[in-house]
Amino acid sequence: MRHIISILLENEPGALSRVVGLFSQRNFNIETLNVAPTEEPSLSRLTVTTVGDDRVIEQITKHLNKLIDVVKLVDLTEGNHIERELMLVKVKALGASRDEVKRTADIFRAQIVDVTPSVYTVQITGDAGKLDAFVQAMAPIGILEVARTGVSGIARGDKLLSL
Amino acid sequence: MELLSGADMIARFLKDEGVERIYGYPGGAALHIYDALFRQDSVQHILVRHEQAATHAADGYARASGKPGVVLVTSGPGATNAVTGIATAYMDSIPMVVLCGQVASHLIGEDAFQETDIVGVTRPIVKHSFSIKHPSEIPAVLKKAFYLASTGRPGPVVVDIPKDMTAPTERYEYVYPKKVKIRSYNPVTRGHSGQIKKAVDMMLKARRPVFYTGGGIVTGRASEALTDLVQRLGFPITTTLMGIGGYPQGDRQSLGWLGMHGSYEANMAMHHADLIVAIGARFDDRVTNNTSKFCPTAKIVHVDIDPSSISKTVRADVPIVGAAGSVINEMISLVQDREPASPEALEEWWKTIDGWRAEREGKLYEPSKPGEALKPQEVIEAVYRATRGEAFVTTDVGQHQMFAAQYYKFAKPNRFITSGGLGTMGFGFPAAMGVKLNFPQDDVVCFTGEGSFQMMMQELSTCKQFEVGVKIVNLNNQSLGMVRQWQDLNYKSRHAHSYMESLPDFAKLIEAYGFTALKVERHEELAPALERAFADTNELVFLDVYVDPFEHVYPMQVPLGSMRDMLLSKTERT
Repeated sequence: MRHIISILLENEPGALSRVVGLFSQRNFNIETLNVAPTEEPSLSRLTVTTVGDDRVIEQITKHLNKLIDVVKLVDLTEGNHIERELMLVKVKALGASRDEVKRTADIFRAQIVDVTPSVYTVQITGDAGKLDAFVQAMAPIGILEVARTGVSGIARGDKLLSL
Repeated sequence: MELLSGADMIARFLKDEGVERIYGYPGGAALHIYDALFRQDSVQHILVRHEQAATHAADGYARASGKPGVVLVTSGPGATNAVTGIATAYMDSIPMVVLCGQVASHLIGEDAFQETDIVGVTRPIVKHSFSIKHPSEIPAVLKKAFYLASTGRPGPVVVDIPKDMTAPTERYEYVYPKKVKIRSYNPVTRGHSGQIKKAVDMMLKARRPVFYTGGGIVTGRASEALTDLVQRLGFPITTTLMGIGGYPQGDRQSLGWLGMHGSYEANMAMHHADLIVAIGARFDDRVTNNTSKFCPTAKIVHVDIDPSSISKTVRADVPIVGAAGSVINEMISLVQDREPASPEALEEWWKTIDGWRAEREGKLYEPSKPGEALKPQEVIEAVYRATRGEAFVTTDVGQHQMFAAQYYKFAKPNRFITSGGLGTMGFGFPAAMGVKLNFPQDDVVCFTGEGSFQMMMQELSTCKQFEVGVKIVNLNNQSLGMVRQWQDLNYKSRHAHSYMESLPDFAKLIEAYGFTALKVERHEELAPALERAFADTNELVFLDVYVDPFEHVYPMQVPLGSMRDMLLSKTERT
């Protein structure tokens, strides 16, 4: 099963490589990875999506917790949560397909954020499934380039991941 | 207020931390630190002849004393030479602090002379690592390094120190940090009381219980508490290789150690048990054999200070995260005044175990007769008698290691010092050196083989310089015995590169360093040689004992089988 693990990490040089190194050392798998500083400058928040059965996920969270630079973590998929990813897609936009791209973007509530005579750059946010569907819808028109941020997430309601 | 350079801070910190002795080798990036060491006399520096030996010596000391071993090496090759020793300590959870010189900050990343990203190289084999960014942070970082290395599940910590951080011209205030706090690191001590109660209830109801304990008992200083608990309950106990001495091996309740070359009765008892109480052990593959066939009828209680060790390879029915000593003491208080539900069942269980003991009696090896070559097993037994079972024993890796573990019976923890997890050939001799330097009154014996010894024999020179009187017992079978055993069993005796051509004349080699070497080729030569070897506890003596080269280590578990699938001799399968 797919899990989204969010980690508060010391914002120190080398901390990220310990997390990433752990996954390769222990033969765990990373599907997406997303990391940025938080409102508290000494902490980064890192979100990783991974796939594994309960035993593997238990080992992943235990080993992550063992890293000295990991301050706190939560498996978001254990409860209700919001999951978002941002994607920028460059698509061919020539002739009739210019309108088609615009229409499809509207259906997906995506925005065109850059325009040239032959190319549209579309920005879309949503869960991974929605982004996959958009890529599929655009594929026949001609995708030139895709940039995805990887999943970020947060628990619904009062639950917090903070110090 | 005291102003010190980074280098002087390091020397001063080591003194304030109570470090008496460090092991190392100088080089460019570490020279400021070496100069600071030269100008003080609180911390003794032991100059090894290869950085790997520095880590093994520090490791041997740590295993014998329970305190962190300290290593100092230079950047680049100095640091990379230390890697095997760091990995050895990591696999066996040994507290160690490794100080590495590094090229000056402004050169990092430029492929400077003797530059290696040692923090990167060692990342998978350390508990944690630090890079010094400013000289003023040296005391705080070193304090954290010692704290991390020696608390919770111990392990090696690397501190990378760029040369400019130790420059004599840059001075900062030095205060020894008495306290240390790391917000993300709070190792548990007490176990969950509800879980402990549940475990004790299961223990009292069990009909065929076994204790299975590991290195956590030794590092957690819990062997007295464990002995108390085990004797109150009257259960059998087996330990891992790392847990040897955690319970006195001469006691009737001790089944010896378990696993691939563990005792017949220990492996049989594990296989047939209905309850396994694992404390400070990690169910590694050399213990469990095939996990899918592991102990089919047993419920498992697993106590460990490291949550990630629990249910890693074998699912625990009652997981308890906590320090061995604290959990055992809580168990003792719950066991008090309570009786096992069925003493008859326990009695029956002991009858079965005694039956297994009788079954293997005399099967494992045939002693030699006068005029014949010695069996390696009987050499260990003879050394055991010669040292009254009280020596510190270090080993290298291979057949001699297994024989030493099988035939030297340890009554106390911290006495059997072996590379269990990583299986590092070359470990034994420098580790013995580290032990002897710190326990000069005790006999320190290194059991080795001619393969392992040749990996670290340059340390004879260190022993000469610092007058280290270890006893080296070389079980010389003129081959890489364990490799050959596997080739005999699995490769139709095709001995690919498992024999040692062109062995040196060890006696001459040892004598070149000014030490005594005794060659033992036949049965009757052993007793007088041992008498000579142990006459003076502070004299280095090398015993070159030519043993039967065809001997195998038994019992031996059949690969991919269950715990009970063992060979007891070359011909017999149980």
